[in-house]
Amino acid sequence: MFEPDRSQYPVRRADGSCEIDLASGKYLKLWQGPNHPGITGNMSVELTVCGDEVVEGITHVGYLHRGFEKLMERRTFIQCFPIVCRICVPEPDFNEYLYAAAVEELAGIKAPEAARWIRTLILEMGRLNSYMMYLGGQAGALGLGVIGQWTTYARDLMLDRFEELTGARIYHMFILPGGVRDGLPEGFKARLEGTLCEVERVLKDVQEVMFQNAVFKKRTVGVGVIDPALFEPYGVTGPNARAGGVAKDVRKDQPYLVYPELDFEVPTATASDMFARADVRRRDVHLSVDLIRQIVAKMPDGGPYMARLPNVLHWKIPRGETYLRGECSRGEYGYYLVTDGSGYPRRVNVRGPSYTHAMALLERLIVGVNISDVAALMVSLHTYPPEIER
Amino acid sequence: MDKILARLEERFPGRATTRQRPDLAFVTIEAAWLREAALHLRDREGFTHLVLLTAVDWLEAGQFQLTYLLHNRARACDIGLRVMLARDAATMESIHDLWPTGATYQRELREMFGIDFPGSPRVDAEFILEGWIGPPPYRRDFDTLAFAESNFRHREGRETRDPAAHMKHKLYPEKG
Repeated sequence: MFEPDRSQYPVRRADGSCEIDLASGKYLKLWQGPNHPGITGNMSVELTVCGDEVVEGITHVGYLHRGFEKLMERRTFIQCFPIVCRICVPEPDFNEYLYAAAVEELAGIKAPEAARWIRTLILEMGRLNSYMMYLGGQAGALGLGVIGQWTTYARDLMLDRFEELTGARIYHMFILPGGVRDGLPEGFKARLEGTLCEVERVLKDVQEVMFQNAVFKKRTVGVGVIDPALFEPYGVTGPNARAGGVAKDVRKDQPYLVYPELDFEVPTATASDMFARADVRRRDVHLSVDLIRQIVAKMPDGGPYMARLPNVLHWKIPRGETYLRGECSRGEYGYYLVTDGSGYPRRVNVRGPSYTHAMALLERLIVGVNISDVAALMVSLHTYPPEIER
Repeated sequence: MDKILARLEERFPGRATTRQRPDLAFVTIEAAWLREAALHLRDREGFTHLVLLTAVDWLEAGQFQLTYLLHNRARACDIGLRVMLARDAATMESIHDLWPTGATYQRELREMFGIDFPGSPRVDAEFILEGWIGPPPYRRDFDTLAFAESNFRHREGRETRDPAAHMKHKLYPEKG
């Protein structure tokens, strides 16, 4: 087989950038995205390839900027609550919880005990859904399309439970400053258990068809390895770090809500490649199923579900600033809230894990990857561009 | 946390400190000391994770506040370094060589707030706003409505209603 020697190019400058002469005919520019099945959402990667090997990848975002942070500066604290969930479509509940928790901290409000349990339940249900979307995407990027159909089915069942609990399937608007909107409907726990059993059945099939699959293993083992030395400089958190042997998980490191009362260990791996990341997330789904069962078993019956709030139309919060974090399915999610004593936030800054994983880290990892693995690599970092463009 | 803040105070005295929680504090630092303080926290105190870098526009005071939030995982605590910059000369030293992800935050701040970070990679390249012609949109004095009205045309056949008046008319038509 003809194997050209491409080792001498591209020439790297002292600052690490590439010297690429497109007129030389050695390189080709390709755009992956923004409209491409192999891109994770609304972003694109400007690839420079030499043969079938990527020599440079530049990320481009800005296809979905909605100016949420600016919008919130002109809305009262309660008006912001229905907006925040829209920042991240596949896992919106973290926005609701972290915004509510930040407002509560600066306003000196404590959510009732029952609300704290329901919040944790919702966050774990959302995490499970997010992972289902990921598993389908990761398999689909490597040609295993049927996995996506199975996991979408399982996710849909959980969306039914969300609809039953909150009245909405995607944007729930259920967690608000002061607590949650209501308790669990009658018979909800039994139906949730039925859904969990079905999720476990689907996971068993996914385990056998995806993780035991020779093609999947060949294309993911040893590919897209993140050197653990890059974790801190590149702000790598969540399963991307745990797959490299660093058990970073906010649920354990800085426990919030009712996590201190739950018994669990976060899954880790050591290989730090695409397979390890997928496997950590698969085990994380089992963990979520287990946590949901623990929550349902331990949560108190009945309310109250909301703390007493001041008149929300004239709600002024004293000057201050805070940062609240939580562990979403992709890593550390955080809200930085600054108040100035008025009825409006002075500044809200949303820290999504995709902000670091999908740009600086991806640009580094993508160099040297075969062009057919680019989509799978992006999916393996589990990024959602909407949270980059708040 | 108390000892960490005491050592920080010792090296950079006279700074305002806010203890928000036992595991979260904000410390105001002179712009010229930011790099040294960040290095001190990163290399000596274990604050190796740059959680975020963002800006707050204190328009009335004519200042931008830059917040560098650093996290120490072993001690499970955070320190936010606050740097106040004059709005009319908003330039700050880049930290992309300390945390490569800093370059992404700095690109966004350059575009959205007009704060410059000389030497930061691709800091002048378009980031989120392609073909933007107006002032930095996240500044408090950026008037969204005025910008839209001066740059875009209303589409024919569409009308805008005041939401409060419209709903009042719809719900209580008898009141006119």
